[in-house]
Amino acid sequence: MAEIQSYTMNFGPQHPAAHGVLRLVLELDGEVIQKADPHIGLLHRATEKLAESKPFNQSIGYMDRLDYVSMMCNEHAYVLAIERLIGVTPPVRAQFIRVMFDEITRILNHLMWLGAHGLDIGALTVFLLAFKEREDLMDCYEAVSGTRMHATYYRPGGVHRDLPHEMPHYQVSRWRTQKEADRLNEARSAGLLGFIQAFSERFPKAIDEYETLLTDNRIWKQRTVNIGVVSPERAMQLGFSGPMLRGSGIAWDLRKKQPYEVYEKLDFDIPVGANGDCYDRYLVRIEELRQSNRIVAQCVEWLKKNPGPVMLADAKVRPPRREDMKGDMESLIHHFKLMTEGYCVPKGETYAAVEAPKGEFGIYLVSDGANKPYRLKCRAPGFSHLASLEEMVTGHMLADVVAVIGTQDIVFGEIDR
Amino acid sequence: MTARVWTEVLSAVLGDLVRRIESLPDEVTLECDAPHLLAVATELRDHPQLGFDTLIDLCGVDYLHYGQSEWKTFSATGSGFSRGVDRRGAAEGYQPGRRFAVVSHLLSVRLNRRIRLRVFCPDADEPIVDSLVGIWAAANWFEREAFDLFGILFKGHPDLRRLLTDYGFIGHPFRKDFPLIGNVEVRYDPQRQRVVYEPVSIESRTLVPRVIRHDNRYDPALVGGPENDSKIAG
Repeated sequence: MAEIQSYTMNFGPQHPAAHGVLRLVLELDGEVIQKADPHIGLLHRATEKLAESKPFNQSIGYMDRLDYVSMMCNEHAYVLAIERLIGVTPPVRAQFIRVMFDEITRILNHLMWLGAHGLDIGALTVFLLAFKEREDLMDCYEAVSGTRMHATYYRPGGVHRDLPHEMPHYQVSRWRTQKEADRLNEARSAGLLGFIQAFSERFPKAIDEYETLLTDNRIWKQRTVNIGVVSPERAMQLGFSGPMLRGSGIAWDLRKKQPYEVYEKLDFDIPVGANGDCYDRYLVRIEELRQSNRIVAQCVEWLKKNPGPVMLADAKVRPPRREDMKGDMESLIHHFKLMTEGYCVPKGETYAAVEAPKGEFGIYLVSDGANKPYRLKCRAPGFSHLASLEEMVTGHMLADVVAVIGTQDIVFGEIDR
Repeated sequence: MTARVWTEVLSAVLGDLVRRIESLPDEVTLECDAPHLLAVATELRDHPQLGFDTLIDLCGVDYLHYGQSEWKTFSATGSGFSRGVDRRGAAEGYQPGRRFAVVSHLLSVRLNRRIRLRVFCPDADEPIVDSLVGIWAAANWFEREAFDLFGILFKGHPDLRRLLTDYGFIGHPFRKDFPLIGNVEVRYDPQRQRVVYEPVSIESRTLVPRVIRHDNRYDPALVGGPENDSKIAG
């Protein structure tokens, strides 16, 4: 009889289901995974070292590029860490804006995850539907920061500017008739808050649509139920967080357990899974979409009623107003120093974490009193999740690797940093 | 539990094993000597009053240039910015045995509490500490990363390979004496028909010098800043 040998296969780094640049060396016995060795670092940009060479504010933009589908949440952790070291708290309105955009980001991220995960397992339609809604949320990003993805909107001491009263409108063109443009502009005429409100009113219907396609779908269940099961004890051992931990049945959410900003004032629930498999994690994330939508609606309501400053008046972190700079030499000098040298942050160290869509995103910041961070460490949730990939896929079939990568919600920007 | 009661619990449980306990209003840092690391970590995980079931993060820190500024700004200078930057050689300014530290952030999901554990590698030339993989499985990749970027060795790690840098990379890029622009650059060589490595052709420069300015608002002698808040000797 011929000797049967196990087979070694390269998965990625260029593979659509690898969600970026994951090189996975798989050892297969037939179609069953014996060993999986992820090779990462193909997207390593040394963000942490770069941040150590720049004044504090100049690294906010780098944070967007870590987990590039949940941009503002990364900024949030970084900005929180700086604020903690300086010892300032942003105005309440800024906190509400941050929370609202954190939740918009969560919806963005989960829609991306839902679409890509569906696509990986063979459901194309969800991808198209999810991207339709994402487009509107990207418009919110654009309206508030000028860019659709890498916003650089949060600042130590608040946010860059207040919510705009007007949204950009669609123009009539060769490809868009007056009627079509009017339809698209209708929701945009009520300002950014009105636009977000309209979104939050119709979004639950959209979630129902995704659920109709997937939740009771036989093929979807066959591909996800009992795949990649992680027990609660093991999930903690492996350093899981976010939906990966909640999917295993542990009700842990930083927004509830260690509230930051104004999460205490808001009403929302934490979904928890029961079996710790891919299907439960899917259900958890779908419910998180609904809960995030609830939070967004509450923030819109509050923000409509309560105008106010969105940035601290503290001259240490806030640049002087343009108007003042035109006539006042001191303001001009102040602006110049703040934009070139930046501000010095007192000696100390801190760890600030936020509940990012993928789990706990934390920034460990060490300052020695200089105008640049002495050491910056980004704790990315995906890093711990991917580290446990081998454990999750061993014994499963080759096709299940794709399901597990999908359920982990891997993004290489944050894993490789 | 207030921070003070909490630090008392810690010093009662851990006793002589830890060097010192620093506590900010909401952040507690333990520092222990390298030989005690495993004992401290095991106690932190298993003691019912501590119960740190999750290792959230582990990273290396290089204290080589800690507290040094590149640009003395006490008097006016005719050579501003990049030209005025004072570039140091390696090995100065840090105390012996306190160059490389391994900092772990622990979380107790059960008791909803965080703690930071810092251990210095006794030898800067061959930094080595015990691996925490046996206590928290999550430490595996974090330690590989710290080894890759800082060259810290972890005794007892099952698979200490490089993680983030290129295959065949030389050096440990996050050390403070490793240049930001790196040592080699790559390009495709059409003659040899492969990618070749060459020494970097650009010159290292500093766009914004590192300065440390005295600020009365943060002077520990003037305000009850974090530095002199509550330091309890272990």
